[in-house]
Amino acid sequence: MSRVGVIGVGHGRFGRRSDATVQELAFEAFRAALQDAGIERKELDASIIAAVPEYHKQRSVAGVVQEYLNLNPLPTWLTEAACAAGSAAVRTAWMAIKSGLHQVVAVIGCQKMTELATADILALMGRVGEVQWESVFGTTFPGYYAMFATRHMHDYGTTHDQLLQVAVKNHHYGAQNPNALFQKEVTLEKAREGEPVASPFCVYDCCANADGAACVILASEDRARALSKKTVWLDGLGCATASMSVLRRPHLTGLPSAVGAVQQAYRMAGVTAKDIKVADVHDCFTIAEIMAYEDLGFCEKGQGGRYIEEKRSYIGGGGVAINVDGGLKAKGHPIGTTGVSMTYEVVKQLRGECGPRQVPDADIGLTHNVGGIGQYCFVHVYKRD
Amino acid sequence: MFSWFGRVSFVPYTKVQDFAVHLKAGRMMGSRCQQCGHKTFPPRADCPQCLSGDFEFVEYSGQGTIWTHTQIATAPTGFDRDVPYTCVVVELDEGGRLLAWSGETLPQQKVKIGMKVQVVPRIFEDTPDIRVYYTVEQPGTTWGKSPPPHLG
Ligand SMILES: [Zn+2]
Repeated sequence: MSRVGVIGVGHGRFGRRSDATVQELAFEAFRAALQDAGIERKELDASIIAAVPEYHKQRSVAGVVQEYLNLNPLPTWLTEAACAAGSAAVRTAWMAIKSGLHQVVAVIGCQKMTELATADILALMGRVGEVQWESVFGTTFPGYYAMFATRHMHDYGTTHDQLLQVAVKNHHYGAQNPNALFQKEVTLEKAREGEPVASPFCVYDCCANADGAACVILASEDRARALSKKTVWLDGLGCATASMSVLRRPHLTGLPSAVGAVQQAYRMAGVTAKDIKVADVHDCFTIAEIMAYEDLGFCEKGQGGRYIEEKRSYIGGGGVAINVDGGLKAKGHPIGTTGVSMTYEVVKQLRGECGPRQVPDADIGLTHNVGGIGQYCFVHVYKRD
Repeated sequence: MFSWFGRVSFVPYTKVQDFAVHLKAGRMMGSRCQQCGHKTFPPRADCPQCLSGDFEFVEYSGQGTIWTHTQIATAPTGFDRDVPYTCVVVELDEGGRLLAWSGETLPQQKVKIGMKVQVVPRIFEDTPDIRVYYTVEQPGTTWGKSPPPHLG
């Protein structure tokens, strides 16, 4: 079976980017990806834009981005799967290439989160859940994940200090990532003093909104071999869903969509959890990373708290090096961009280009990108030649 | 009348809009499929099992067990005056789950996973328009304003 590979990656700076429009952010990442691939725009035959539209003043953002990148009249379209929009775009590019319809596709995640006034953001925040039966009680995004955390702590003895150790790790690596929103270490003592958000969470359990863009260029095996000597192959894809409503989940200690997606991705790539050397997982909240350790099979169910406490997810910690780009927690979470940013990091790791953050012998990597509270999950497995 | 339901209403129109009318009268209603008998809470008009659209409301006792909870300190638009509030998910004895605030008989520090509770219909007293909801309370708690028939 022919493969699909990533031949170029680009990443802009994440943060409060009041200096740029969404298409200007997209341009930064797109130019960097073309330069990284060493190709001209004319090699592309389509683009796919990942963004979550309700945060943008500009409607139909794919159109304005396509024009600003000077990609007309190539085809483009938008993918949306909440915070997993970026990985939905990567999956869509893989499908477009495998179908034979396209050969070289640019996937561009671009998101401005800070265009809206605080009041508008707070109003959006009240509609993240199921609006008929849950949002009427003022549920919030942190509140949902907090309810997972409450249950995980109850069932497995996971502690708030263990949750916060995820934030400590991710800030540690974010401090070494020039694209990150927070490039600053945080100690456990400092994290414990964070303002309460939704019990058991304080601010250090939560990722922050950010503006930012990332771009990856995917190509068919033939075109990749002709254009690039450093292709990283997308060999395993998984996608699964779970109920929108928290009320209809089978349990609250993991995400069934993640378990479903990773099983598909491992099988397709012919790997197991033990083969993964580096992973970017969806740590929108600290508990989400701990559940990801378990859902992805990096540790036994219920042992996620211990996994971070023993620093196994650090580089050289004896487990899988996880979110060593800072994760959503320190990088910031421009929701449509995040899945593309994860792909960027894993590709750079597999190419051995991460400098002080490089994971030794990184030959197989994984991205785990969750939409909402697990309504969608996309898992991708990457390999180098 | 579904716009009556909740502190803030997002979906005024639904096939199960009489839920809010029942709640105002002190009755917590789930739904039962008239074809295959499948019961759901929250109620739904269209059966997820047999695809039938024929449903009837059935009254629930409101008794259940706490499944999980969180106290919200940072609130979205429309909930500013209610902060902090504790969102509790209850597994109902008769099947299904609901999300609601813990009420006055169940302050945050008493809320524990696994504890038996009573869900009680309520009306917001601080607003001129009709706004109905329910709270999670200690077992045996009744609706202060006019006790629902099944608790009377
Ligand atoms: Zn039925």
